[in-house]
Amino acid sequence: MFDALDAGLLNIIITTMKVTLPSSAISAVLGTALGLLLEGSQFYGKRIIVRINRTLMGSPPVVVGLVCYLLFMRKGVFGFMDILFSVKAMVVAQVMIITPIISGMVYSSAERNAPNIRSFAHTMGASAGQTRLLLIKELKNEVYFAAISGFGRAISEVGAVMIVGGNIRGKTRTMTTAITLLRNQGNYSEAIYLGCVLMAIALCVQLVADNLKGKEAVGDDNY
Amino acid sequence: MGNTKVKKRLFALALASFFAIVLLAGCKSNSGGNVGGGGTEAKGTIILSTTTSTEDSGLLAYILPVFTEQTGWEVDTIAVGTGAALQMGRDGQADVLLVHSRPDEDTFVSDGYAEMRYDVMYNDYVIVGPAGGEIAYSEDVAETFAAIAAQELPFVSRGDDSGTHKKELAVWKSLGITPESNTGYTSAGQGMGATLGMAKEMEAYTLADRATWLSYADKGNLEIVCEKSELLLNPYGVIPVSGTVDEQINTEGGQAFADWITSQPAQDLIATFGVEEYGQPLFYPDAK
Repeated sequence: MFDALDAGLLNIIITTMKVTLPSSAISAVLGTALGLLLEGSQFYGKRIIVRINRTLMGSPPVVVGLVCYLLFMRKGVFGFMDILFSVKAMVVAQVMIITPIISGMVYSSAERNAPNIRSFAHTMGASAGQTRLLLIKELKNEVYFAAISGFGRAISEVGAVMIVGGNIRGKTRTMTTAITLLRNQGNYSEAIYLGCVLMAIALCVQLVADNLKGKEAVGDDNY
Repeated sequence: MGNTKVKKRLFALALASFFAIVLLAGCKSNSGGNVGGGGTEAKGTIILSTTTSTEDSGLLAYILPVFTEQTGWEVDTIAVGTGAALQMGRDGQADVLLVHSRPDEDTFVSDGYAEMRYDVMYNDYVIVGPAGGEIAYSEDVAETFAAIAAQELPFVSRGDDSGTHKKELAVWKSLGITPESNTGYTSAGQGMGATLGMAKEMEAYTLADRATWLSYADKGNLEIVCEKSELLLNPYGVIPVSGTVDEQINTEGGQAFADWITSQPAQDLIATFGVEEYGQPLFYPDAK
């Protein structure tokens, strides 16, 4: 029944992971750093930067995909890199979509909690470096939640990966673009089947992440 | 407490190993594919920009592995509408095009984006609509389109500048009809398969290429109301993009693809595609 998928299903799952895992990992690091940096520094025009970040949090993937396409096409600014229609370009596009989401979430939770943590660290006589470390530790749950949200966005996103990846069979076809193609072929049962696999994978990744986080939390109790 | 912790760890371990297995299996099958590529040496990759009908119908999945095996060229297929495919050619983003809109293809060549356009194959368009609807079966396009317009029947247009969309507009124009004056006229802006799905749901008429129509799995209540008209012929051409458009164009690979798809073995392959499943070929080869 699923003969159109059997050969390619594993390949599609692997391509999806090759795109979403690096893109969410890079975005988690970049977004957390940016969010904390933004909260920790005061400068002229900060409110505008925060406003821009908020706007980018809701940027439509197709627009980001289009921008990436124009940048990476052969006649584009980065055309010499020759990465359009490859996993690399898809990762770049997704990083552009997800990083603002993570930095925005980290920033707003840091803004809420950081003053208390700072004054606590100050009373305890902590150095600037120790304070920063404490801040990251205390905000661990929020950072984790932001990173998981980023991954959720990455794995469910279709607009940008379709444009930048081109939905090439066996190379840049992800689960979401494969579902789009199956729908175009009128194969609704296969499309739904693939959709269920996609959701199962999202669940698995989340459970694994939950477990890792759980372990760290237990370790923290020893302090 | 300790027990659940162990359970949780085991669970995490099981999941992690599941992913490891999936990844390993993937790597294995990937390398297996490379090794099993036949005697031909791998040459590189070409970008083929084509219409949705060749991809959605499954033709490319049927013939491209043979091309790769025989010539050593890997093909990255980008399936978009003919308008978008031609634009990719003008941008120097595609190495070779497989499209179906003859006037635009000729303009593409005369504008200097390519040296040659070659005939590859043809099929025909059909007009489909709800079974038992207001339109009786006919082999006269003019009659069917005129009836749809006159009775203001729902009609879903591709509306995406594809070859099929251009064809539809050309037919309306040749009949002197402004399709938008029909209140039931909808511009979908989607590929052929998605448009057929919309026509089914809306109990509307639409123009479709026969290959996508035959291979579309969920026809529902739709049936052919008009076919076999001279006006509905749908020729496909292959165009290797000229190296003068961009220095990154793979002219060697593009020409190799054009030479191959117009060669006798490839033409025979096209003629057999779909015969077993649909009782008729989806495309008829006509390379000269």
